[in-house]
Amino acid sequence: MRTTSMSRKIFLVCNGLLMGAIALIAFMPLLNVFAQSLSSAKAIEGGHVFFWPVQFTMISYDYVIHNHTIWRAFAITIFLAVFGTAFNLLATSSLAYPLSRKEYKGATFILLLVLLTMIFQAPLIPNYLWLKQLGLLNTLWVLVLPGAISAFNFFVTRSFFQQIPPELIDSARIDGCGEQRILWNIVLPLSKPVLATMGLFYAVGHWNSYMAAIFYINNRALYPLQVKVQEIISNANIMTDASLLIDMNNITPDGIKMAVVVVSSLPIIIMYPFLQKYFVKGLMIGSIKS
Amino acid sequence: MALTGTQSQTMTKANTKEVSILRYIWKMRTLYWMSVPGILYFLVFKYIPLGGSVIAFQDYNIFKGFWGSEWVGLDNYVKMVQYDEFLPILKNTLMIAGFDLLFAFPAPIIIALLLNEVRSMMYKRVLQTVVYMPHFLSWVIISGIALALLSQEHGLINHGLAALGLDRLFFLGEEQYVKGVIVGAGLWRDTGWGTIIYLAAITGINPDLYEAAEMDGANRWRQTTAITLPALLPTITILFLMQIGHFLDFGFERVFVFLNSLNQASGDTLDTYIYRVGLLQQQYSYTTAIGLFKSLVGLILLLLGNTLSKKATGEGLF
Repeated sequence: MRTTSMSRKIFLVCNGLLMGAIALIAFMPLLNVFAQSLSSAKAIEGGHVFFWPVQFTMISYDYVIHNHTIWRAFAITIFLAVFGTAFNLLATSSLAYPLSRKEYKGATFILLLVLLTMIFQAPLIPNYLWLKQLGLLNTLWVLVLPGAISAFNFFVTRSFFQQIPPELIDSARIDGCGEQRILWNIVLPLSKPVLATMGLFYAVGHWNSYMAAIFYINNRALYPLQVKVQEIISNANIMTDASLLIDMNNITPDGIKMAVVVVSSLPIIIMYPFLQKYFVKGLMIGSIKS
Repeated sequence: MALTGTQSQTMTKANTKEVSILRYIWKMRTLYWMSVPGILYFLVFKYIPLGGSVIAFQDYNIFKGFWGSEWVGLDNYVKMVQYDEFLPILKNTLMIAGFDLLFAFPAPIIIALLLNEVRSMMYKRVLQTVVYMPHFLSWVIISGIALALLSQEHGLINHGLAALGLDRLFFLGEEQYVKGVIVGAGLWRDTGWGTIIYLAAITGINPDLYEAAEMDGANRWRQTTAITLPALLPTITILFLMQIGHFLDFGFERVFVFLNSLNQASGDTLDTYIYRVGLLQQQYSYTTAIGLFKSLVGLILLLLGNTLSKKATGEGLF
């Protein structure tokens, strides 16, 4: 039996406390933002808000809810997260499936082609000029097509497909299934875990996507959520939108900014506990294979 | 596709081989058809722009286009080196990357080792859940959180400083702090997430090793230095090489969201500079040259690191 010495006990307690402190450092900022978003202007400006709302009010959320440009950005991002992700999964698995099969001669060359894109990436400007030439600038396509397949996700998906027993595929072929039916009716249903993981990676990517929109979209009507949020956060003077019937004396830019931060990150934070294990699993499959 | 006997007899050996490959591909055509869109994707969206990088050696003119523009050799690089703005921006980039390597690289290793020592499974789970979470927030959201925390009059951190009797600092408005904010935000967002791989590697270590070490009288610290760390070395090496290959690529967003007119001189990095001067001011060739320079530095560092680590530890990416 293992005996626990005094010094070890002290270490365990201190370590537990230290880890708790680190977890608090990770968590407290979120709580502070949340508290500010629910506090009155006077409490925020007086510096009284820490981890709990002071003079509770929903006025900042009123502002956000009545701001239709925020809702439009929200709708665009939800659209991208749903259809963009479906497209990502379709594109990734229809390349990963053939390349996972032994019958595919010349796979090494194509795998190398994909691998090299992880090391060599074109600089911003050639990308921009090419997408311009393709006529994709200022369309929502530019947020979907250039990122259709992530090389990392492709490799993880392919290695998962490889673990499916070839006998299963052979017997399906004997039963008269074509390759498309095999992928659709046999391989994909067996691959739900990896599809869920990859889908989540892609969906969070779409939800957080900011850079591509900044680079390739000028049309304000097409701005996704993060661009809109950044606009609000970095703009000190957001009160000009006076069409809103809100008592402007009780509202402060900081409260509004925090409400926007909360609203736009809420979907991820709510989903997070359910998704965590998938992400972790996906990262581990990826790391073991690479 | 069927060939008659006389036809195939007149063919040379090489030709027969070619035909049999084509015949094989024809037999497997659905499999190959399925992969065509994906291959086209990589060619169209990854390789063509990569080829387009040659405008770094041109005086690219948007009206004359790629084929009509004049070739200028290394002129854009001469311009880059001579340009007054370039060196400070390179210095900013190197400093942030250097601090990242110094703090953000070892942090997950240390936290993973300490998390591994937590005995209560429940507590460990809770800790993990909380420290992984910031990774899922976008940089925009993180800049919003930083704004709340670092605000001069009512930010949490300045409250703390004031309570300790120190001066309040204008974190996002003064040049000297912006690099710290960028590095700190990176630490806050990704340290927990970085522990996942190390924890997985620790879990994979054979428990017999620890038992044997305990028999020999090794305490927990000795076990860590003699068993856990050596077992983690391959993982550490690979992640180190991957990070060093992207040394100057710590991201556009991460920096851009923290920049404002007050702190720009100290926070501007190659990525944000390329965006501002290249895209907004349309200096296409010059900034593509900088972009290629950045990739080249990454490639050299990767090869160098790989060679050194193979010599030192026998581990490498390739």
